[in-house]
Amino acid sequence: MTALDIEPTQIEQPAAPVATPEFEASNIRQNRRRGLLIALPAYTYLILFFAIPLFIVVLYSFGTRNRFRGTDLANWNLESYRALGDDIVRTVLVRSVTLALITTVICLLVAYPLAYYISTRPPVVRNLMLVLVMIPFWTNFLVRNYAWYVILGTDGPLSRVTETVGIGETRLLFTQTAVVLGLVYGFLPFMVLPLYASIERIDGRLLEASRDLYANGLQSFRKVLLPLSMPGVVAGSILVFIPSLGAYVTPEILGGAKTTLLGSYIVTQFLTASNFPLGAALSTVLMAIMLIATMVYFRKGGRTL
Amino acid sequence: MNEQLDVATMPTATGEHRQRAVEISGVTKRFGDVVAVDSLDLTIADGEFFAMLGPSGCGKTTTLRMIAGLEFPTSGSLKIFGDEVGTLPPNKRPVNTVFQSYALFPHMNVRDNVAFGLKMSGVGKKAAGTRADELLELVQLSGYQQRKPSQLSGGQQQRVALARALVNKPKVLLLDEPLGALDLKLRHEMQNELKDLQRELGVSFVFVTHDQEEALAMSDRIAVMNSGRLLQVGTAEQLYEQPVNRFVADFIGRTNLLDATVADGDSIVLANGTRLRAPSPHAPGTKVAMSLRPEAIVIGTRDEVPADQAAHSLDGVVATTTYLGHSVIYDVKIDWIDLEVRCLPERAGGRFAPGDEVAVWWDRTSDWIVPDDIDDEIHHDGPIDVVQAAQDRDGPT
Repeated sequence: MTALDIEPTQIEQPAAPVATPEFEASNIRQNRRRGLLIALPAYTYLILFFAIPLFIVVLYSFGTRNRFRGTDLANWNLESYRALGDDIVRTVLVRSVTLALITTVICLLVAYPLAYYISTRPPVVRNLMLVLVMIPFWTNFLVRNYAWYVILGTDGPLSRVTETVGIGETRLLFTQTAVVLGLVYGFLPFMVLPLYASIERIDGRLLEASRDLYANGLQSFRKVLLPLSMPGVVAGSILVFIPSLGAYVTPEILGGAKTTLLGSYIVTQFLTASNFPLGAALSTVLMAIMLIATMVYFRKGGRTL
Repeated sequence: MNEQLDVATMPTATGEHRQRAVEISGVTKRFGDVVAVDSLDLTIADGEFFAMLGPSGCGKTTTLRMIAGLEFPTSGSLKIFGDEVGTLPPNKRPVNTVFQSYALFPHMNVRDNVAFGLKMSGVGKKAAGTRADELLELVQLSGYQQRKPSQLSGGQQQRVALARALVNKPKVLLLDEPLGALDLKLRHEMQNELKDLQRELGVSFVFVTHDQEEALAMSDRIAVMNSGRLLQVGTAEQLYEQPVNRFVADFIGRTNLLDATVADGDSIVLANGTRLRAPSPHAPGTKVAMSLRPEAIVIGTRDEVPADQAAHSLDGVVATTTYLGHSVIYDVKIDWIDLEVRCLPERAGGRFAPGDEVAVWWDRTSDWIVPDDIDDEIHHDGPIDVVQAAQDRDGPT
């Protein structure tokens, strides 16, 4: 190599000014300021119409109802929270949680096979089916609930069919069953979509590998598909459970007096009983439950995602 | 056309006769209108390192998947150690697969991945764990039991995939492009390790690859496929030295293909009019090609051409030279064809420069006449992409 001895090329010093630490710092500051400016409208909106009202609700939950159907905020106390232990409140709470759980489980059982089926279709069919799942959203929620009201009514189509086949007329309307039916119908897409999203991402070869390694169909599902789709299961369950728990419209329309749920009960406290502190306390508890559920989701999801 | 060795009479190194591990007869696989595998006949012997080689979409992966039970033949018979397995699901077959990009279960640690097959076939948790550890030791991954696949390098994942398949003591191990995701250096390392492992275990390995060098380096026998059809089965030497047609000649190693026409029973005429003695079974007038490997060609000046070789020497001009260290490649322009010539550098390295007038000749034992199947290729070109599309479409999720 002696004949080819070439001097290593000198690395040229850059002629342009270099980024000094001061420059970097001011650059970061500037970026931060710009970011804040962009987010300002959203922040303003959220603070004015979300954070402040939320604060007021929490504040009221510590107040006392006075004789003039108003609320005294001085002398804050935990009286309303203590009232949550009352029989009536407890019944409503247990009933709401039970119905929300039943709704969630039914949604899960119905949505999982559907989501799996959709995710194994060719892309074009897949998109079409997803649109079909979302079509109900194009109609007003209230209108759709009244449609169920008509379907389930004593002289509605369902009842006519059962009468014709000789089972007798169905009396579903104003029962808990009707409420669950309506809730499942209303929130099913919230279960299908996250399930689909997480199943669709699973590498099909993993299922093939499990079959190749002597798993039968059921084992393949239990050991590979289900664990890998857990983020979707958790997300879908929370997305169904939370609105079911606080549901107002569906139980109001399809449920009867004996099926009062948390949503209706809270509305009653505010509008009829004028017990703002109790209504506010119930709302706060409901929010706390939802917050915990969401946190569970992120912890669970964060690990497996 | 297939000079397939009859494996039943194929002696092993120790002289005993081998069993037929996989026996494929008349197997066709269609995806809709597309024929992915076209009436395939193939026998793989017990203890053989067998490669299936071909460009993407040639049907080699589909064939492997049919052996695994992940696809079922549209028609034909598929036997594993004498048992018809045509429509048996994968979990009922004595074979295991190392998948392309491994398909390790991301939610399980390394030990659970390896023990999976054992647990599914009813082995107790503890025994399965112990066996898994043994296999991990075999692939030199002891101490990695608790890691998740995502915490391993590509090479390590590859070993886990191997251990996961081998732990079940399969009668045939199927490998779908197992080295495809590795970098070149690791690839060479794993090639040797795979070969050693196969020799040690004595199990048939059926290996799918599109890399002909890899197939040549590792396999006892190689099947070359194109457009769903088997073109040739043979040892590396057979494929390299006696390709059955133009496609195989071109696909295995590098070669120069000189167009020629059969003149009569024992001579052909090259495109420049040179008449050469070359017995061929083809009718006079048949288009053929003469395959001439770059390393079989000698380059020199016109004066250096030996008298007895002058009849098949060609004059040309050096177009480019490429120095590769172990060899020098000359691209020589003959008026009707460009020839690639490979020489050892100590013999002719740097001897000729672009623009030099040279002569090339070769030893007549090193050329090889193949039928010109170019029409055949064009005819079958169409479905290739469609096959791939069909596989993409029909593959789960």
